Amino acid sequence: MIRINPSEITPEHVYVSRRKFMGGIGALVTSSLVLSACVRQEPSPTPASAEPSPASPVPPSPTTSTDELGDKLTSFQAITNYTNYYEFTTSKEGVARLAQDFKASPWTVEVGGLVHKPKTFDVDDLFKFSQEEHIYRLRCVEAWSMVIPWVGFPLAELLKEVEPMSKAKYVRFETLYDPDQMPGQKSGGYKWPYVEGLRMDEAMHDLPILATGLYGKSLLPQNGAPVRLVVPWKYGFKSIKSIVKIDLVEEMPVSLWMAAAPHEYGFYANVNPDVSHPRWSQATERRIGESKRRKTLLFDGYAEEVAPLYSGMDLRKWY
Amino acid sequence: MVLVRKLKPRWLQILTHLAGLLPLVWLLWAYWQGLFIIDPVQEITTRTGKTTLILLILSLACTPISTISGFKQVLRVRRALGLYAFMYASLHFLTFVGLDYGFDLDLIRYDIVDQRYVLVGFAAGLLLLLLAITSTQGWQKRLGKNWKRLHRLVYLASAMAIVHFAWQVKDIREPLRYGAVLALFLILRIPGVRRAASNVRYQLKMSRQSQSEA
Repeated sequence: MIRINPSEITPEHVYVSRRKFMGGIGALVTSSLVLSACVRQEPSPTPASAEPSPASPVPPSPTTSTDELGDKLTSFQAITNYTNYYEFTTSKEGVARLAQDFKASPWTVEVGGLVHKPKTFDVDDLFKFSQEEHIYRLRCVEAWSMVIPWVGFPLAELLKEVEPMSKAKYVRFETLYDPDQMPGQKSGGYKWPYVEGLRMDEAMHDLPILATGLYGKSLLPQNGAPVRLVVPWKYGFKSIKSIVKIDLVEEMPVSLWMAAAPHEYGFYANVNPDVSHPRWSQATERRIGESKRRKTLLFDGYAEEVAPLYSGMDLRKWY
Repeated sequence: MVLVRKLKPRWLQILTHLAGLLPLVWLLWAYWQGLFIIDPVQEITTRTGKTTLILLILSLACTPISTISGFKQVLRVRRALGLYAFMYASLHFLTFVGLDYGFDLDLIRYDIVDQRYVLVGFAAGLLLLLLAITSTQGWQKRLGKNWKRLHRLVYLASAMAIVHFAWQVKDIREPLRYGAVLALFLILRIPGVRRAASNVRYQLKMSRQSQSEA
């Protein structure tokens, strides 16, 4: 079979007319509607021509076309139309459409718990931190991956501002709970809101960022607008989206996935080709936009930076 | 009336072939048009897999539909539905080995030990292969009574297909929905349930007759 290069993606006017044709036979296959629905509202397929959002004082991005390992950036289109965001739907292609009217403003992030200076940040406060480009790999626990040019600032900077107490051992993050805006939260099966956590030393590391944008534009709702966590050496589900609350705590937080399936999803969730998910292998992955599978790297290729955080720990036990 | 009776089965056959071929036509067309823009391999794998499951369930629906509704013609499309299911299972397998792993046996071996869903799916595929080979009238004659026994393996194969689906996803609600429909059609085959269902039909028919007589 012939493979389609991202560069060969059909221009918008062609697929729009195709879309009309599809409408005629759309009843045949319902999932095609999901796909085309994404296409209809998709922003600009070429990031270069994308208007910089006036709200965000972010640098033009990306400045390079690869990550530090020489891997190509994933297309803006793929990043914004293929997302796991169960608050909207479990269909990765369906999130963008369902999230398009999500209100990411006004927005506040309440930072508290075991800190000396609790503070509620609004979006303007977050933009006071210097926004920089961070090109990170993102490895999903489902064994696919992307390379994403995020815009944001180190989580550690925000934490330093609230002055953590010495007894704070973990950071607990929480996503917005608003079933009217997030239809997926209406269905049972998960303990909403979404919760994630990091150990204090992980949170204070240089790599984790609070992202406010990607490809030089403000985050779109499907990617976790207005602010989300990005922890590049852990499976994607650790990088919690649309954060409203950050608490510093003494006890290890129980994340939504730990509560849903404790034997499958642990607190650490470090990318590790040698520690399989109980039901599938993590040894290889499919990079979105590439044809052949590639081998997964320990800590998603950030071992040099983060392996010391886990020295002496049994990574099989602490999955 | 005679005309209607003659036409009905033909329509059913046409519908069956449409059900069997349209998913493939749509898949090729969508691929050709570049509609699978983000993860084509995943898209093709999922679509061929789900189509296999749907056709398998349809083939297993024929017998209960015929016993409950009395519409016997539906039994004539069972074999075609089963063979179409096998065709999609083969495409599904080829996608996994060829498109996903690029026929790289080392990579497959590296991955497969920890992927029990692959093993269950592969075993289900082997069962379907066996049933497809022995689906001809020649084999039916050769195997006699045992043919029916052998082909009951399709119950096992379809249950394994559901397990294969459920074991590889984070959220198992979708495979459970497929499983529920499959379970319904399997339960309707249990002799007691089947008898009860056809009794209800008989009584309905009787009451309708007595109503029209009155």
